[in-house]
Amino acid sequence: MITARYHREVPQRFRLEANKCVSCGHINFPPRLVCPKCKGQKFDNVVLKDEGKLLTYTILRVAADRFSKETPIAVGIVELEDGVKITTQIADVDVDTLQIGQKVKLVLRKIQEDGKAGILCYGYKAVVI
Amino acid sequence: MRDVFVIGAGMTKFGELWEKSIKDIFVEAGLKAIEDAGVGYIDSLYVGAMSSGLFVGQEHLGAVMADYLGVNPVPATRVESACASGGVSFRQAYLEVASGASDIVLAGGVEKMTDGADVTDALATAADQEYEVYHGVTFPGLYAMIAKAHMHQYGTTRQQLAAVAVKNHRNGAKNPNAQFRFEVTLEQVLNSTRVADPLGLLDCSPVSDGGAAVILVSAEVARNLKKPLIRVIASSQASDTIALHSRPSFTTIGSVVKAAEKAYKMAGIKPTDVNLCEVHDCFTIAEIVVSEDLGFFEKGKGGEAVEKGLTALEGGKMPINTSGGLKSKGHPVGATGIAQIIEVYEQLSGKAGARQVKNARIGMAQNMGGSGASCVIHILEVK
Ligand SMILES: [Zn+2]
Repeated sequence: MITARYHREVPQRFRLEANKCVSCGHINFPPRLVCPKCKGQKFDNVVLKDEGKLLTYTILRVAADRFSKETPIAVGIVELEDGVKITTQIADVDVDTLQIGQKVKLVLRKIQEDGKAGILCYGYKAVVI
Repeated sequence: MRDVFVIGAGMTKFGELWEKSIKDIFVEAGLKAIEDAGVGYIDSLYVGAMSSGLFVGQEHLGAVMADYLGVNPVPATRVESACASGGVSFRQAYLEVASGASDIVLAGGVEKMTDGADVTDALATAADQEYEVYHGVTFPGLYAMIAKAHMHQYGTTRQQLAAVAVKNHRNGAKNPNAQFRFEVTLEQVLNSTRVADPLGLLDCSPVSDGGAAVILVSAEVARNLKKPLIRVIASSQASDTIALHSRPSFTTIGSVVKAAEKAYKMAGIKPTDVNLCEVHDCFTIAEIVVSEDLGFFEKGKGGEAVEKGLTALEGGKMPINTSGGLKSKGHPVGATGIAQIIEVYEQLSGKAGARQVKNARIGMAQNMGGSGASCVIHILEVK
């Protein structure tokens, strides 16, 4: 992964920085230039809540090459308390015990390694609480 | 807008075509379509392809194919809309003829997936690279999350998902161009290697090479060539959020609902008027969700419908994927949307052989990209 490209997303991946539409209150994660709900272009900076619930999930038994050593990988869609939905891995869990509706919290973890000599890429993963 | 007719079709066999390059594949399909149509020239051509850059390191496919098809200097354009590239290629050709800008246009699609690229990685570029793929999600993973949500919300079962694969292989076994010309049992699907729970390998469409092309013309050209009048009575397209997680529901695909609404309105028909439909069954769950979103079955009843045989070629009231679908026929991504149109065209022309639906008058093709961020629908009718 190109360093500049990775660096650009750090505020979101490390700190859950988002923006909130001034006119309708819709929260964009990642931040956007145009509100998809009302077309507004004025936003306040906000930080997402780090707790939420699992809306759906799967267990990846086959993954792309750079994730293949980590299978099985639990991945799901989490709805955070402020209504924002994100895709994330679910860490530290017996994958066979996962259930839709479970409460989770986002923590900072290593997501992938960029080849043999590249940078380590971090970001959020969910853990069951 | 003028009436537009499909008067010829050609495709390669789908599968692992080791001996053929991406050019060979497209040109073979294109030549067959031109010969079948009996036209002496074309005014322009479109090539649908998802990711020839990643799969074979070749972009600028419009120019490449016009050159190798021997039709320079006609305008030639590559169209990309992920797995909906073929359907969108057809739509661009349709619009060009309907507008009056051209009289004879070739709409094709191609993909060469077996030349050594990391296919999982290449296909994943159709999802949100930074906010889905970064976290390890694959396409089977995205559809598996749709499946989990559908099972949770409507009680759809693992057996119902598997029934889609069994039906489509039964149809594909009768299709000489299919990649997998064999039947599979429910047990084989249920016991297939796990890919992304609840989906197994036999819930997934395969990695394929293949090309397909059709010729679209104005009414005047169709009449002069004394061709059966198979008219495009609807062409529609819609988009939705690129990331699955941004949608209000994971059990309905908004772009399919929107495109279907527009298509039925344009054609002036209802879902019950459709005699057969090719749907984008990239994964078994996709066929179930789409068959509901197209209005063939009540929301949540798509699984039950396939299990009861309502979508079967033999005895089904709404035959779906008579070609074998992406599951059995194969899924060379950019060619898929055109191959769907070809099945509809052959059914309406009475040329579908062992797969023929009796008295088929109206057929539909639904092609989508990514986890449903793009959907394109066409309806054809024989006069
Ligand atoms: Zn807004």
